[in-house]
Amino acid sequence: MKTARREAWTGRVLLLVLMAATLMPFVSLFVTALHPSGSYPLGLDWPDDPQWGNFATAFTAARMTELLKSSVLIVLGVVPISLVVATMAGFAIGHLRIPGRRFVFVAFVLGLTLPFEGIVTPLYYLARDMGILNTRWAIILPLIGLFMPFSVFWMRAHFVNMPEELSESARIDGASTWQLFWKVHVPLAAPATSSLAILLFLWTWNQFLLAIVLVDDPLQRTMSGALGAFQGQWGTDIPLLCAGSLLILTPTLLVFLIFQRRFVTALLQGSLKG
Amino acid sequence: MKAAAQRRRNWAGWLFVLPAAAFYVVFVIQPLAMTVQYSLYSWDGIGVATWNGVQNYLRVFTDPDLFAAILNALKLIVFFSAVPVMLGLAIAATIRRIAASRLALVARTVIFLPQVIPLVAAGITWSWLLSSTGLVNQLLTAVGLEGITRAWLGDFSTALPAVGVIGAWVLLGLCTLLLLAGMSKIDPALYEAARLDGAGPLREFFSITLPSLRQEIGVCVTVTVVAALASFDIVYISTQGGPGNASMVPGLEIYYLAFSEREVGLASALAVVLTVLVIACALPIQWLTRDRSS
Repeated sequence: MKTARREAWTGRVLLLVLMAATLMPFVSLFVTALHPSGSYPLGLDWPDDPQWGNFATAFTAARMTELLKSSVLIVLGVVPISLVVATMAGFAIGHLRIPGRRFVFVAFVLGLTLPFEGIVTPLYYLARDMGILNTRWAIILPLIGLFMPFSVFWMRAHFVNMPEELSESARIDGASTWQLFWKVHVPLAAPATSSLAILLFLWTWNQFLLAIVLVDDPLQRTMSGALGAFQGQWGTDIPLLCAGSLLILTPTLLVFLIFQRRFVTALLQGSLKG
Repeated sequence: MKAAAQRRRNWAGWLFVLPAAAFYVVFVIQPLAMTVQYSLYSWDGIGVATWNGVQNYLRVFTDPDLFAAILNALKLIVFFSAVPVMLGLAIAATIRRIAASRLALVARTVIFLPQVIPLVAAGITWSWLLSSTGLVNQLLTAVGLEGITRAWLGDFSTALPAVGVIGAWVLLGLCTLLLLAGMSKIDPALYEAARLDGAGPLREFFSITLPSLRQEIGVCVTVTVVAALASFDIVYISTQGGPGNASMVPGLEIYYLAFSEREVGLASALAVVLTVLVIACALPIQWLTRDRSS
């Protein structure tokens, strides 16, 4: 009994330390952002005269409205297409038992751990030849392809567990495969597809490498890519850089806090399956 | 008759795979093949490419700078993988009993934050924390360790470990939660029996917890090792591979070679080596820790 209580207290203290270690960087970022622009403050000193205006300055300097719009457009390009395409493939491999399904599945799985750096150079020349270099399509189309192994893997895992009887009864009612897919299986797959949507949103929003290689103009990039450019431009003005970083973090943080339960579950399952 | 219809239907199922396969082949398989092809040529990205055989690969392994980048990636595994997994195990084992409390639920959200924010943002934040006037030095001074304060990311001997610390911070929360989720699946009766037999927390950990977590540990190790080998964002933002070449990693070297130094062939050879290295590390870990029952 006594040991149990002592363990509970050690646990609580450890949790608090862990939370402090996680949050401290954000606190430091926030405090620094309030110092006068261009100054070199110490790590964690509250300024005498908090410069709340830094956030407004950074908002204009980073051109936040345009950045948000660009990131949203890229996400809107990647996520819906990936979902539809991967759900169809997962359905065929996991449920329809198409001939050669094992081969197709292994071919996709082999791409799971592929590092993006491994193909980014040819992607540049490929995008150039397709005439989409420096447009958002240069980020959207390759990302759909790069996320495909995981997306197909994820959706297949859902469809393997769907009972065969479900489709048989629909077939007896005269449903074609196409109808069976859209009317029966897509609605039932909602939990799997919505978790996948969360993951794809996050990975797209945070994508950096493809953004800086394939698109020159920061305003056509993802938030992450734009943040890289922002650092290059304002790197010497620490308070402004901190304010800008916080602003660029905010959208993901908001989405995370709203959907936190689903996020944590999806990400944990995502890495377990991956 | 029925069997024939079934077979026709099965082949028609291929139409469902086609769009996914098309995206995958055009934007992943094709560039992968192109990387291999480029790696055998000497090409500046503009002029005519000339056949170079395996020369590029020889350079990857003999050029001290290039080979150092690969070694750096391997060293980063200590920070990205060993630290978060071992620390995560210790933390998860300690907080296992209070995992359902309200504090633990709040903590779940908080320690997940680094996993959600862009790596670029983590890089910028930590560049500031680790700078000469940053929080890390402020804390060290406060506890009397003024002597070792420095610009951690700008020092030849500490730049790579400092980058590693950023990675450990990002990955610790994910590992802790994954391992905690694995521990919650262990039958509590096992622990009660162990307690009755007089086993202490340590004995409990090594006899019950650790063996039951095979699969979760495998996942943590795979994810973190891949993150270490293929690191790019954090290094690009915090050190750009410097000072000198002290924290250069293959991912960043590929980027510089291909887009600044216009050595597309050499960049591609390094890309092939990196890809093979990642797969060569990920596959055995997966295989070793796979749950044999499923």
